[in-house]
Amino acid sequence: MKILLMGNPNVGKSVIFSRLTGVHVISSNYPGTTVGYTRGHMRVNGNPAEVIDVPGTYTLEPTSEAEEVAARMLPTGDVIVNVVDATNLERNLYLTLQILEHEKPVIIALNLWDDTKHRGIDINVDKLQELLGVPVIPTSALTGQGIRDLVKNISEAASPHLPPQTLGERWKLVGNIIDQVQRISHRHHTWYERLEDASAKPLSGGVIAAIVLIASFMAIRFIGENLITYVFDPIFEVFLKPVLLHLSTQMGGTGFFHDVIIGKMIGGDIHFVESFGLLSSGLYVPFAMVLPYVISFYFVLGLLEDIGYLPRLAILLDTTMHRLGLHGFAIVPTLLGFGCNVPAVLATRVLESKRERFIAATLVSIAIPCASAQAMIFGLVGPFGGQYVLIVYGTLFTVWIVTGVALNRILKGFSPELLIEIPPYRFPPWRTIFQKLVMRIRSFLIEAVPIILAAVLVINILFVMGVFDFIADITAPVITGVLGLPKESVTAVVIGFLRKDAALGMLALSTLSAKQMVIGSVVLTMFFPCIATFVVLLKELGLRDFLKSATIMLLSSLAVGGLLNVIL
Amino acid sequence: MARPLSDLRPNESGVITEIHGGKGLLNRLGALGIIPGRRVTKISSMFMRGPITVQVNRSQIALGFRMASNILVDVDRTTQ
Repeated sequence: MKILLMGNPNVGKSVIFSRLTGVHVISSNYPGTTVGYTRGHMRVNGNPAEVIDVPGTYTLEPTSEAEEVAARMLPTGDVIVNVVDATNLERNLYLTLQILEHEKPVIIALNLWDDTKHRGIDINVDKLQELLGVPVIPTSALTGQGIRDLVKNISEAASPHLPPQTLGERWKLVGNIIDQVQRISHRHHTWYERLEDASAKPLSGGVIAAIVLIASFMAIRFIGENLITYVFDPIFEVFLKPVLLHLSTQMGGTGFFHDVIIGKMIGGDIHFVESFGLLSSGLYVPFAMVLPYVISFYFVLGLLEDIGYLPRLAILLDTTMHRLGLHGFAIVPTLLGFGCNVPAVLATRVLESKRERFIAATLVSIAIPCASAQAMIFGLVGPFGGQYVLIVYGTLFTVWIVTGVALNRILKGFSPELLIEIPPYRFPPWRTIFQKLVMRIRSFLIEAVPIILAAVLVINILFVMGVFDFIADITAPVITGVLGLPKESVTAVVIGFLRKDAALGMLALSTLSAKQMVIGSVVLTMFFPCIATFVVLLKELGLRDFLKSATIMLLSSLAVGGLLNVIL
Repeated sequence: MARPLSDLRPNESGVITEIHGGKGLLNRLGALGIIPGRRVTKISSMFMRGPITVQVNRSQIALGFRMASNILVDVDRTTQ
């Protein structure tokens, strides 16, 4: 049996999903789309059943890719569990009526039931059940109330054989039903309803956004750094290193295969960042440098998402983002980029059009320094004084704006207008947050890690064969001439193809002036994403758009570096 | 007199009289309950023709300025 969970976005559908299913859930992409959905398993009266969390939708006459997927999934279900927000019955019933027009057995979970009382909403459940002709079970997924009833009644799901109607007819029927089942008494605003209003207004919203963002960054860095220091680094140093050292001696400590697989020995030891072997840096980069930030970022992002803050941030920033050819929601991948560009590029999938995805992914890879790049910027430029760090960030921010505005002008098409519901603030259960976190990390591991490893291998072979020295030689005139950097830093810039922080680290070895450090940091941040981002970008954009994006990066970094060389 | 939704001041309410737009847009707005005959209250707007936030039924919806300027509202006298 296949059970579909359907409903509007933000009605607690995934909380019900996580209550119904066990820990083992699978997230997949709907074939031929970028829309993801999750499925899991449960038992109904002792029989196994598959449960699918269908993407949230307001209508079955699709207006977006996600809604199209929802509409296409409906006919495949044996039973539809329609999750309805009891605090917003009227709007939710529109989709309910559409579902009831489909001759499928339906049962309604009247969710967020416990919220209705303090919002002054009184719903006559028996009457609603009678009018709709399908079972209606009040639930509060957060506390688990009503879930058992829901499961028990799944076999009672019924189809009332509602004839197809037009949009106007449906809303009229919804109005009729609401008049008969719902009474609303006026209540005073609670403190968090006030907070809701404040966070969607320009001035107070701006202040709240600043506080939320700063707190998020601090939390992300804190969690990420601690994961690296106390979990991932020790694993590599204590467990992997002895194995690799042993392997290294067996392979003779040097030679082509040794350097490709183990990496170059630095001072007789393996250096996980600089050795650059498949089993040293190849494993260390995705697992010990990127993964900890992926974990902490997705954790904080999931929290902001489930609380319902992101739509408010999106409307605050919509005007700015529109100038860059994006709408407000593109702020999500942009924020992710400050931790790690890999999940940021993956997150551009939430954007509607190909054009937006291209702009967002390019802007992230060009102008958003990831956590490890930022650490190096502070480490290298910081000693010369805070004003130089500000120059680096100011330049990157300017580049972000200018490139976005330029892309918006040049690329055909336009950025779609914002139309989103602003859900009330809710505090999700930890269970749902962790389930989502586990799912996202799993898909990162499956999607990104294998290609990163493959790319490290290929580039390693090229590196050992001396291809990069060759590139360094031919690009030297550009780097010394246009950017005003000394000859030694050529290798660093070329290494930047592979590893941002390793490259910045190499800059530290040569004695550069403050100006040269600023130029070096800016150019290295802009000119190419790290190897991990590189492959994900290629995968997400396709070869043609990727080449376009890469050309933009190369040219703009040279232009900006050259400009800084003249101005500073 | 009907005025574009984008022109309303915060806390002004009225009834939607007309929505101009293609079928796709009417469909998207309709699914959210933004249809002629429906009562709306403007909650806030952003600077520089940014999104408009409105209350429809019990939900808050943010919509682009251009979209909002294509929705005509018969504004209540008393709230003006």
